[in-house]
Amino acid sequence: MTFELSGLASYGVFLLTMAAIYAVVSLALNVQWGMTGLFNIGIAGFYAIGAYTSAIVTSPPSTEHLGGYGMPFVVGLLAAMVMSGLIAIFVGLITINLRSDYLAIASIGIAEIVRLIFKNEDWIGNGVRGIAGIQRPISDNPLVYLAVVVVVLVLVYLTIERARKSPWGRVLRAIRENELGAQAAGKNVFRFRLEAFVMGSVLMGLGGGLYAHFIGFVSPESFEPIFGTFLAWVMLIAGGSGSNKGAVLGAFVIWFVWSGTELLTNLLPATMTTQASSLRLLLIGVLLQVILLRRPEGILPEERPHVGASPVSSTEIEDEAAE
Amino acid sequence: MSEPDLILDMNALVGGYGGNDILKGASLTVRRNEIVVIVGPNGAGKSTLMKSAFGLVKIRQGSVTFEGEDITNMRPDLVVRRGMSYVPQEKNVFPSMTVQENLEMGGYLRKRGIAEKMDHIFQIFPRLKERRKQAAGSMSGGERQMVAMGRALMLDPTLILMDEPTAGLSPLFIEQTFDRIIEVNKLGISVLMVEQNAKQALEIAHRGYVLAMGRNRHEDTGAGLLGNQEIAEMFLGG
Amino acid sequence: MDFTDLLQLVVYGMVLGSILTLGAIGVSLLFGILRFSNFAHGDIMTFGAYTAFVVISVFHGPVWLALPVGMIGGALISIIADQLVYRHLRRTQPVILLISSFGMALIIRSIIQLIWGTQDKSLVKGIQMPMHFGDIAVRPDHIWIFGGCVGIVIAVHLFLTYTRMGKAMRAMSDNMDLARVTGIDAEKVIICTWALGGALAAAAGVFLALDTRLTPMMGWSALLPIFAAAILGGFGKPYGAIVGGMVIGIVSELSTAVMPPAYKPAIAFTVMVIMLIVKPNGLLGARR
Repeated sequence: MTFELSGLASYGVFLLTMAAIYAVVSLALNVQWGMTGLFNIGIAGFYAIGAYTSAIVTSPPSTEHLGGYGMPFVVGLLAAMVMSGLIAIFVGLITINLRSDYLAIASIGIAEIVRLIFKNEDWIGNGVRGIAGIQRPISDNPLVYLAVVVVVLVLVYLTIERARKSPWGRVLRAIRENELGAQAAGKNVFRFRLEAFVMGSVLMGLGGGLYAHFIGFVSPESFEPIFGTFLAWVMLIAGGSGSNKGAVLGAFVIWFVWSGTELLTNLLPATMTTQASSLRLLLIGVLLQVILLRRPEGILPEERPHVGASPVSSTEIEDEAAE
Repeated sequence: MSEPDLILDMNALVGGYGGNDILKGASLTVRRNEIVVIVGPNGAGKSTLMKSAFGLVKIRQGSVTFEGEDITNMRPDLVVRRGMSYVPQEKNVFPSMTVQENLEMGGYLRKRGIAEKMDHIFQIFPRLKERRKQAAGSMSGGERQMVAMGRALMLDPTLILMDEPTAGLSPLFIEQTFDRIIEVNKLGISVLMVEQNAKQALEIAHRGYVLAMGRNRHEDTGAGLLGNQEIAEMFLGG
Repeated sequence: MDFTDLLQLVVYGMVLGSILTLGAIGVSLLFGILRFSNFAHGDIMTFGAYTAFVVISVFHGPVWLALPVGMIGGALISIIADQLVYRHLRRTQPVILLISSFGMALIIRSIIQLIWGTQDKSLVKGIQMPMHFGDIAVRPDHIWIFGGCVGIVIAVHLFLTYTRMGKAMRAMSDNMDLARVTGIDAEKVIICTWALGGALAAAAGVFLALDTRLTPMMGWSALLPIFAAAILGGFGKPYGAIVGGMVIGIVSELSTAVMPPAYKPAIAFTVMVIMLIVKPNGLLGARR
């Protein structure tokens, strides 16, 4: 059963689906950065792991790459999450207690290694040729897939909102704003940070899985760390780091802006198509600087201000300890 | 009342570092060639009051006048140019740089005469001359204190601010430090200092202020404060 | 794989090490004084290399002129970036600066791509015949790169040790608050720091382009090994960066004896991670 959409509507559905996938990633980043203060630039790594894992688990057997388990969509996504989680535990154990700069560099390193492995170890994912023919669940209809992604997004949002308001979430905030105080109150800072890191990475893997089934194809090129990672960060900052609503809003707004720049550059003469993508990157880069200079807290800041916040009182930490 | 002798006049200062006001209307004056000491219990705002002169504290009310000029909330690197020097309590040297380089940094703003000034400093602190090529960070507390003081003297200040100069020093070094402060004062430089070793500091001071909870509690000559039983019991402790 | 092969790899490693050293000194200098990890450092390298390219291809200048011009280009763009953006972010959390530099990297790279396109280029035309020392082959370029690195490092050392501004930079790196209290003009020192860091990055970029090819991504790809080198030597300690650069360079090249060359950045990264676990302050001890 095929279902045809008119050009504009089909473009709109594509737009919304990608935005929703990015929203999942943005929420994941919010868990790591907004709620815990972990500076992860290796988003693309976990995203890629999730995408490839789901592809490998759900695709039919092939001599060119690992996999062929032919599992259903849901299993693929779950496998993506588990795989990302396992690698996140390993990475987190090594890097969580590093200072932000070191963590940032380490996370870039992880993403790079992941990309290099997928590119060079052909037996895993068919190298640069990638894995194709990844199926969508239920039907190929883009509207149906959009609905699936939106459902996942809503579930993720609700889960993270619950987590943020929970005692666990409050301890995270205490650690982010006053680490020594939280430690003094007996909190195992390392454990909480690791949990947040893993949770975020698991969700990034989920995003990757959703992406794989959306596009139907994965290759190392789709996961160039620069672009996707950077865009996710701009989304979170623009939307409002610390706030889950902000993360989702930022994803949609920035994705629309990004796609908008594509429409703009399409107006340029055809000779300038290669320049067009550079121009778009330039615009996004400048947009980020403007946001950081003018409104670093984003569109929807956290209820409690993020930059220069007053420390969480020790009584609040004591309440947590009693839980 | 304008006294030609008055070089520093801090009047009814209200202020602090962030949201809280540590100073709640404290005042202080320093005259030419004077040694003035600020004492009082912990948390009284002694360091804060002194640092207000150097632009390191946000002053919301009140004024700081130096040599007749209003310097309230003036940036530290501009205050230095007016003839005031500041020796912090901690992190008061450049640890990876030699003694000589530390002094050079002290004299960074000097247009000429660095070498002569350094010789002069070495006369006051002969120990430093021996160790001029040694890294300041590898020196003992007492020696580092000397480097810090020497650094502050390089620009021929009129007034030098010292934050607990004898903190953490052995009794021998404490005595030597106070001796040096007297020597520096004899050169015509006024000294304003905060001290925990209240008794010894007041012995060399011309005048002293007792501060508690951000306000003035008492003011007298050094000897006067020392002789005052009540003050001794309430505020001076050890 | 015999001894001469290994020695050959060591030679390559020293060349790579020179490039990494220059990059890492810049990064450590910037971190030591500004407490900020500059993620745009790689793209400043690229910018410097392209500036040198203009001198060579458009003005037909010799390489020894292109290098200083490239370094000036690197210095200028760093100062511009600071005055336009970073200066206003100095009082915020350091991580905001990191994110901003990430964006700056993208901006610089886009500008390079817009002006010069995305295709590979050669910095210098023509093929070089390697010279032979016994069984070891050394291209003349290699000697230039290594020699240039030594020369620049000595110049930086002299600058930091004997000039007034150099000492002020060291003072600010040691204790920024005390430096201000001493009357040192922090803003002036910061601008000089950017100039020096940018110039060093540009030099590293020119040498990298000389050794390999000129592409818009080259700086960014070198960022990871450069940070690894800086961290290895003690983040914020320019002299440690020399050790870090050479170690990472030589180890990376030696690794090609057992692994595909594509994994070289991964090796650099692994060495760095091991260092972070075993001795987080680097071989020479880091700043704060």
